[in-house]
Amino acid sequence: MSTSTSVAPSLPIPSRDAPPGAGAVAWLKENLFATWLSTAVTLALGYVIVRVAVALVEWAVLGAVWSVPYSPAGIAQTTVCQNAKGSGACWAVIADKYRLILFGRYPYDEQWRPALAVLIFIGLYAVSAMRRFWREELILIWIGALTVVGVLMWGGVLGLAPVTDDFWGGLPITLILATFGLAFAFPLAILVALGRRSTQLPAVRMLCVMFVELIRGVPLISVLFMASVMFPLFMPAGVNIDKLLRAQIAVILFAAAYLAEVVRGGLQALPKGQTEAADALGLSYWQKTAFVILPQALRLVIPPLVNTFIGFFKDTTLVLIVGLFDLLTMGKVALSDPPWQSFSTEVYVMLGVIYIAFCYAMSRYSRGLERELGVSQRR
Amino acid sequence: MSQTETGKAAITLDKVNKWYGALHVLRDISLTVHEQERVVVCGPSGSGKSTMIRCINRLEAHQSGHIYVEGTELTDDTRALDTIRREVGMVFQSFNLFPHLTILENCTLAPIWVRKMPKAQAEELAMTYLQRVKIPEQAKKYPGQLSGGQQQRVAIARALCMQPKVMLFDEPTSALDPEMIKEVLDTMIELAGSGMTMVCVTHEMGFARQVAHRVVFMDRGEIVESGPPAQIFEDPRTDRLKLFLSQILRGH
Repeated sequence: MSTSTSVAPSLPIPSRDAPPGAGAVAWLKENLFATWLSTAVTLALGYVIVRVAVALVEWAVLGAVWSVPYSPAGIAQTTVCQNAKGSGACWAVIADKYRLILFGRYPYDEQWRPALAVLIFIGLYAVSAMRRFWREELILIWIGALTVVGVLMWGGVLGLAPVTDDFWGGLPITLILATFGLAFAFPLAILVALGRRSTQLPAVRMLCVMFVELIRGVPLISVLFMASVMFPLFMPAGVNIDKLLRAQIAVILFAAAYLAEVVRGGLQALPKGQTEAADALGLSYWQKTAFVILPQALRLVIPPLVNTFIGFFKDTTLVLIVGLFDLLTMGKVALSDPPWQSFSTEVYVMLGVIYIAFCYAMSRYSRGLERELGVSQRR
Repeated sequence: MSQTETGKAAITLDKVNKWYGALHVLRDISLTVHEQERVVVCGPSGSGKSTMIRCINRLEAHQSGHIYVEGTELTDDTRALDTIRREVGMVFQSFNLFPHLTILENCTLAPIWVRKMPKAQAEELAMTYLQRVKIPEQAKKYPGQLSGGQQQRVAIARALCMQPKVMLFDEPTSALDPEMIKEVLDTMIELAGSGMTMVCVTHEMGFARQVAHRVVFMDRGEIVESGPPAQIFEDPRTDRLKLFLSQILRGH
């Protein structure tokens, strides 16, 4: 695509054709200072940006308090922080509480185990993201990694002290709910979407429609509530399903209903000719679905899929309602310690950075994936 | 051209009827296609010719009458349907190649999964047919990188890779630019020379004259007239066929 051919000779030369060296100046002139109005807006916005940036650096770096003394009893002396309030951040709260926030009430000396579990999760995401690992073995890697995570967290074998999930908290809880949630919800969603489009099996279709409409029709909080408070009432006495597991199942069902509709959108966008061609070649229903329909349908819905993934990663914070301590809840717990009560900003900034890191990685990855897969998709 | 009426019946349609709601799209269609016979179906749009050909491999289901392909009756029985679809190749107006697979993968998918052929053997077979449609050099490309004519030739090769006994063509050149029609027709003429049983819905009268043993003219869901190309084109007996011929000849 060349613009030079379409630009009339009398118009100003576009900056990309400007001689080297004058590039930056020409770009500024064209994009920021082209007219009086543009210059005024540039200057006004520039002023605001500089002011905010300076204030931020002053608060977060220059005026910040990085550590506080402790009393002989181990209580933090936060007077320095109190004095700096308004002018500087008190990062000492993070230094003091980061392990509580990240790993919850997991026994302090055993916290290398949730830390390792978090690293395994991140490694798992990284491996899954690389296309050259997209083979059948990846499923084994997932099963293996999730088993190792389970062993690390629960313990009780290999000389690891057992830790019940009442003591789990923080980042591992968030990652467990999100990872297991989406890993199980996604295949379920595909089945529900296929079931909803089935013309041969009206009963299955109706069940799928009911599932989606029922789950979508109520807030996640009420599904979690149902799972955690109502569900045990229906169980026979003595049967007790773990609280984390119940919340996990609620998250899976909820995510599945939403993802199913996203997947259905992709299925509907496929031209009918693709199904017909697969039928005419004699492919069975599952062969057709696995090799022709789904690869194309899922590709079409990468943006809304990732949108839903990101939404659910953050929705895991709602499990606080049933008494699970995810990352956000642990932040709140950390702030309930009297000396640190007034330093919520710093804690929430830290939590925000962690959430943004995960969500931004997802969205960047999806953009790359779309570009990469788009190569073969040109029609 | 001699008609092979003594040959075994490859396809038999016996009083086939089909409705779309209240619309009666196929009326008592009876037609027998013998092995190695080449039949061209023509008729105005909406005459039911595409619907009929799509009934032969049950992309559309008929509501009454019987259809037999290679001795097997088409019913709701999926096993019979699988058998028939394995033996019947189809080429579509809009190519319907799988855009996420390479040309080679398009051709090997069904042989590998339906015929359970080893991958190497399927690829070898695919290359043979790609050579026959004269585009072996495109094997590693994706459909979107090929011209319409090339895509349609790949679609023909893909159908042939299943080594079918019958090939159905549903207006294979209608979606092509004029300069690409010839390359596809040449491929089909070459295929006709190999003795394949072919049923082809097309308006390419030159092609019909050159390769068809029989031309079937359909209008409003009925078979109005059928016979050797010379008879159909030079000696039409019904007004409907005369009108149709005058319309398409004016168009050419």
